[in-house]
Amino acid sequence: MAGHAQLADKFVANEERAQWHDKSLWFVRHKRDNISHSIPEWETLRETASQVKLHTVAHLAQYLEEFETNAKKLGVTVHWASNAAEHNEIVLSILQEHNVKRVVKSKSMLTEECHLNPHLEAAGMEVVDTDLGERIVQLRKEPPSHIVLPAIHIKKEEVGEVFHEHLGTEAGASDPGYLTEAARQHLRENFLAADAGITGVNFGIASTGGIVVCTNEGNADLGTALPNLHIACMGIEKLIPSPDHLSLYTRLLARSATGQPITTYTSHFHGPKPGGEMHIVLVDNGRSDILGSDDFRRSLSCIRCGACMNTCPVYRRSGGHSYQSTVPGPIGSILGPSQNAKEHSSLPFACSLCGSCTDVCPVKIDLHHQLLTWRKEIYVRGLLPFSKTFPMKVMSKVFQRPGLYAFGGKVARKALRLMPRWMIYNPLNGWGRQRDLPEAPKESFRDLYKKRKK
Amino acid sequence: MPRVGLFIPCYIDQFYPDVGLATLEVLEQHGCEVDYPAAQTCCGQPMANTGCTDAAVPLAERMINVFAPYDYVVAPSGSCVAMVREHYTDLLPLTNKLQEFQAKTFELCEFLTDVLKVDSISGSFPYKVGVHQSCHGLRELRLARSSETVGDDFDKARQLLKSLDGISFAELTRTDECCGFGGTFAVHEEAVSCMMGRDRLADHRAAGTEVLTAGDMSCLMHLNGLNQRHAQPFPVMHIAQILAGRQPEGITPVNSTDGSVA
Amino acid sequence: MSSRDKILKSINRHLVPAAPLPDMDQAWIQFDNPTEQFLTMLSAVGGRGEVVANLQAVSAKLHEEPFYDDAKQICSLVPNLDISADKQVDLNAIEDPHDLADIDFAIVPGEFAVAENGAIWVTDAQVKHKALYFIAQHVVIVVHASDILHNMHEAYPRTGLNTEAFQQTPHFGVFISGPSKTADIEQSLVIGAHGARSLRVFLVEESFDRAQFK
Repeated sequence: MAGHAQLADKFVANEERAQWHDKSLWFVRHKRDNISHSIPEWETLRETASQVKLHTVAHLAQYLEEFETNAKKLGVTVHWASNAAEHNEIVLSILQEHNVKRVVKSKSMLTEECHLNPHLEAAGMEVVDTDLGERIVQLRKEPPSHIVLPAIHIKKEEVGEVFHEHLGTEAGASDPGYLTEAARQHLRENFLAADAGITGVNFGIASTGGIVVCTNEGNADLGTALPNLHIACMGIEKLIPSPDHLSLYTRLLARSATGQPITTYTSHFHGPKPGGEMHIVLVDNGRSDILGSDDFRRSLSCIRCGACMNTCPVYRRSGGHSYQSTVPGPIGSILGPSQNAKEHSSLPFACSLCGSCTDVCPVKIDLHHQLLTWRKEIYVRGLLPFSKTFPMKVMSKVFQRPGLYAFGGKVARKALRLMPRWMIYNPLNGWGRQRDLPEAPKESFRDLYKKRKK
Repeated sequence: MPRVGLFIPCYIDQFYPDVGLATLEVLEQHGCEVDYPAAQTCCGQPMANTGCTDAAVPLAERMINVFAPYDYVVAPSGSCVAMVREHYTDLLPLTNKLQEFQAKTFELCEFLTDVLKVDSISGSFPYKVGVHQSCHGLRELRLARSSETVGDDFDKARQLLKSLDGISFAELTRTDECCGFGGTFAVHEEAVSCMMGRDRLADHRAAGTEVLTAGDMSCLMHLNGLNQRHAQPFPVMHIAQILAGRQPEGITPVNSTDGSVA
Repeated sequence: MSSRDKILKSINRHLVPAAPLPDMDQAWIQFDNPTEQFLTMLSAVGGRGEVVANLQAVSAKLHEEPFYDDAKQICSLVPNLDISADKQVDLNAIEDPHDLADIDFAIVPGEFAVAENGAIWVTDAQVKHKALYFIAQHVVIVVHASDILHNMHEAYPRTGLNTEAFQQTPHFGVFISGPSKTADIEQSLVIGAHGARSLRVFLVEESFDRAQFK
């Protein structure tokens, strides 16, 4: 399987498109900067939100049980799934018990992670993703490339093409207003025809048993206000202790994600609607393993705002699909290897360690340090290729002997001065394809220092 | 008189000896007794950042021993100092010796502003300067406020540079985006790395940068490498060279009074 | 072993360092003029709002709403508004929320508004079908002008989510900040994704009895 670098290489090869992608996301980062700078207590907010998450994770079992008890009091059926397969089975069986044929689903990265859609479709159900961006990628038969902006990699002309094919919009139409209206009409039919609504969960409240779902489009609300059956799929790390703590996250989430002061709809579900039925599926799928790691525990604090993707100079220039992971970008490069280190071993290296993700993160996850730690893990587990480890071992040996290092440096510099340009800039020189090497001076600093001292 | 052990990163030693000399001169000008221990080689960052921590450990141990005799350790590199101060604890057991070493190690600009309390540098540099914020200096050592964080503005490099006669600064669209060097990233992710670098250079060109500077020669090595392939490369200087009174080569001081001295 | 026990056991096998809950009582943002701030934020998120003297004034202002006079179905939970009988839809007479599909205007009370983000808290406490909030083409919300809070830290205690009443019977509450919107096509903001195409807010100065709304 091609690693991140190979796919990124292809993405960058279309320079114009890569520039367009970079600028689209930088625009979102810029909006985030403007709105966060209008909140004087922004850093306090981040720190407090981080502490609440760390506290919750430190008492996760207790809060989960509290959440379950309270949700049950509200008439919710609570299910527990150890892994993706069990999650999918639970959701399918609830739907089958209710004879469901058509499902509308609002955005849920958890159901993406579990690959729920193909599982339900294989059982003969029709699943319609109702978030506009998700609907676009669903019709194109591809995964989202971003967790908040699933279709950020697609141009409006391409949306026009896929809508022309599936929704019957005019050929060649690419106006976002026109295309959005077409999607509104198309999805309204689906909302009205659905037998069940599936949503993700942004926050679960232990002290009330309620869940919070945030959208701008109102699709989670329409999808659950019309059909009688609501299934909410929730990772066990989504808990917070009480409603008062929601103030932190509802202030941070949309500001970090898109630069809005809050999502248009911040919906608090406490039990089923009158006459309806509500199920919550609590999913582990590897989360409890991460919880045990001092190095990676903080990644469970993630509220899926996507700010680390918008700010990441590598993500912006390589596109979400180059990560080949449900969650791409910096946080995805931590979560991916946690799920499968071998498959995602290139991701922690798709990073210049600039640390912008860490500074932008609303819950202060030390993302770039975790990425560095993952590199060590990958090496320790023997997943780093020889081409990466061997030069490091040789360099280390040389650097342990100052005399050898000084001599080696002298020889290398002399060689660089004497070799013709075509020999230096050979196809194996990854540095030199687009970059000149520094001029090799006759004397090193240590040589000059010695002379100066005399 | 503080006794400073000069920590010159390996690639500066080999490829940019004048940056080492300039650092030495600046420290001496500000009253330090400076010594360069020749037993030093590399801090181990390339190995650690590739994940090969076992290859980095002996180098980290060497560093601590080599610099044991000094009051301070100063390097013209935010990245190498960040390696020592923020990441040696990932490699070595937390001993007093390690903590002392970490506490006395400084990047050049912060050593001047925070330890020596230098508030102005005399000299003239009549150019529009583009300051590249190297990420490790910025977000590990906090040499300036990063654009992501909310709070009072500060920038230790500019604080020193702004006292030079005639200097002005290029104001970038993206104030502190990474240049794409990132150590071995520059080679392993060559396509993205170079695009990042080209974008930084374009931002500097649009902002009217006449001389590009930074606290890290590694970022500048990458940026200059790309710059040299451009039809009109601008000169690149390490901040130590500017602070030591060097002037850029290949350009004459013109139209450099239009920018504001920030 | 059930999956529930398996997950709890898997969590409990780890010794996680203690992390105390932080103090939530901090110097959170306050505004000199919360009403003005609310209206500014509401407009920033695509809504429109204004302060009016009383409910009679709301009635008059509704006719200024584009599409209002052409509306065929209006569902108002705010009493005494001047709505012709043939347009008025009685929410309580509707059994199936799907029958709300053709509602043009929903006129509903909001419990309070939040200055920092232009959001209004509405619930299903006296609303038979919460679908009304999302299915109507246009939404008008009426809030007491005195019920504007500075920030979300003041807002959450006011929601009552932590009270017995909310925890014994199922309830739904939502902060609505502006009309439904999306920017999923090339980051171009389009108002009117799936929910309301417009949101108008009236901040009513004269006190009124919310209990009469239904």
